[in-house]
Amino acid sequence: MADIRNFTLNFGPQHPAAHGVLRLVLELDGEVVQRADPHIGLLHRATEKLAETRTWVQSVPYMDRLDYVSMMCNEHAYCLATEKLLGIEVPERGKYIRTMFDEITRILNHLLWIGCHALDVGAMTMALYTFREREDLMDAYEAVSGARLHAAYYRPGGVYRDLPDRMPQYEASTWTSAKKAGELNENRSGSLLDFLEDFTNRFPTYHSEYHTLLTDNRIWKQRLVNVGVVTPERAKQMGFTGAMLRGSGIAWDLRKKQPYAAYDKVEFDVPVGVNGDSYDRYLVRMEEMLQSNNIIKQCIAWLRKNPGPVITDNHKVAPPPREGMKTNMEELIHHFKLFTEGIHVPAGEAYAAVEHPKGEFGIYFISDGANKPYRMKIRAPGYVHLAGMDEMSRGHMLADVVTIIGSQDIVFGEIDR
Amino acid sequence: MSAKLETLSQNLQKHFGDKLRSLKIALGEVTVEVASADYLVVMKMLRDEADLGFDELIDLCGVDYSTYGDGAWQGKRFAAVTHLLSLNNNWRLRVRVFAEDDEFPAVDSLTGIWTSVNWFEREAFDLYGIAFVGHDDLRRILTDYGFIGHPFRKDFPISGHVEMRYDPDQARVIYQPVTIEPRENTPRIVREDTFGDTAHG
Repeated sequence: MADIRNFTLNFGPQHPAAHGVLRLVLELDGEVVQRADPHIGLLHRATEKLAETRTWVQSVPYMDRLDYVSMMCNEHAYCLATEKLLGIEVPERGKYIRTMFDEITRILNHLLWIGCHALDVGAMTMALYTFREREDLMDAYEAVSGARLHAAYYRPGGVYRDLPDRMPQYEASTWTSAKKAGELNENRSGSLLDFLEDFTNRFPTYHSEYHTLLTDNRIWKQRLVNVGVVTPERAKQMGFTGAMLRGSGIAWDLRKKQPYAAYDKVEFDVPVGVNGDSYDRYLVRMEEMLQSNNIIKQCIAWLRKNPGPVITDNHKVAPPPREGMKTNMEELIHHFKLFTEGIHVPAGEAYAAVEHPKGEFGIYFISDGANKPYRMKIRAPGYVHLAGMDEMSRGHMLADVVTIIGSQDIVFGEIDR
Repeated sequence: MSAKLETLSQNLQKHFGDKLRSLKIALGEVTVEVASADYLVVMKMLRDEADLGFDELIDLCGVDYSTYGDGAWQGKRFAAVTHLLSLNNNWRLRVRVFAEDDEFPAVDSLTGIWTSVNWFEREAFDLYGIAFVGHDDLRRILTDYGFIGHPFRKDFPISGHVEMRYDPDQARVIYQPVTIEPRENTPRIVREDTFGDTAHG
């Protein structure tokens, strides 16, 4: 008999289903995976080392570039950790704005995830639908920060500025007729909150469209059910958090268990899976989107009624308003010191974590009292989930590897950092 | 919240007593420091004792203390800092262990206790050169294949030592010493404690 050896296959780093730059070395017996060895680091930018050479505020934009599909949640963890060290409180309105944008981010992330996951598994249409909705949410990002993706909107002490009273408008041009521009501007006539409210009213309909397309789809279920099963015990051993843990039946959500921002003041449910397979994780994330939609609604209602400051008035941390700077000597000094030297953070260490769309995203700081962090460590959820890849894919077929990568919701910005 | 931290620190005292080199509660977080000889035993008990119950390892990272406080650091140079989470008790703990030898830092591996630590230890090894004794797959993880040095050590320059480019003469990609000057726009300053106090006028 001929000598049969295992077959080694390089999956990536340039593979459309690898979600970026994953090089996966697969050892195959026929088509069955015997061992999966992810090689990561192709996108390593040493963010943590860079942060050691930047002042505390200068590193905020780096956070956007970690998990580049849930930008504001990354910033949130960074700001929480800094605020913990500084011992400052964020104004109530700032907390609600953060809560709202965290949930917008969650929907943004899950929309991209479901689009790409379905695309990988073979359902082309999903990506077209989800990118339609992402457009509206990215417009909301743009309205508050001027950037559609890398917002840098959260700052230590609050958020950069209050929500705008009007939305940017479409203009008639060679490509957009006046009639078309009028249609596009229809839900943009009011403030950002009106625009978002309109979105939250429309979103459940879109959401049921996704369910129609996927949930009972025979092919979708054949590809997902019983693929990548993780028991609750193994999920804890492997350090899973977020939807990966909840899909295995553990009701653990930092927003409920260790609330931050305004999460103790809004109502929402935590969906939990039963079997711990890819299909359950899919259902968990789908339900999370609806819950996020509800949270956004509650935040909109609160924000309409409660005007107020959005960033701390401690000018050792946050810059004073522009008018104050031009009329008041002390404010001018604060402004100058903040932008030439930066915040001085007391010596000590702090870890702050948020319930990121992908799991627990944490920032660990060691400060020695300088205007720069001494050490920053980013605890990225995707890093831990990808480490579980080997165990999750053993004994599965080659095609299931794609499903498992998809259901882990991998983004390389945060894994390689 | 603070009552909870109190309970946790009492439980820690009860189980470990003088095995803890220090136990600090600051900013709503508990930090303990253990000797590297006790490290494995302590960590195993942290997982297995029900009134501690740390069933998840959230994070492990290396730290290089050599330039802490602009050279005011007296202790050992390298440490491994672990963040643990208990789902049942809903509390967190930070454990710090210093590597005894500054020249060849090594601490015990936790891979037998939490599977999730595997990649974190590889990362700490890659970036800081801390060897984890008992880790069966201690390869580099984030840096390039064939990378030399440990980039997150404080004596490793931010711009690195080598750069890569395509060389048209040799018709291949080559490594060469870096050609850019490191640049620091905002100097690093550790101010005295009273700096910026309003009492100073």
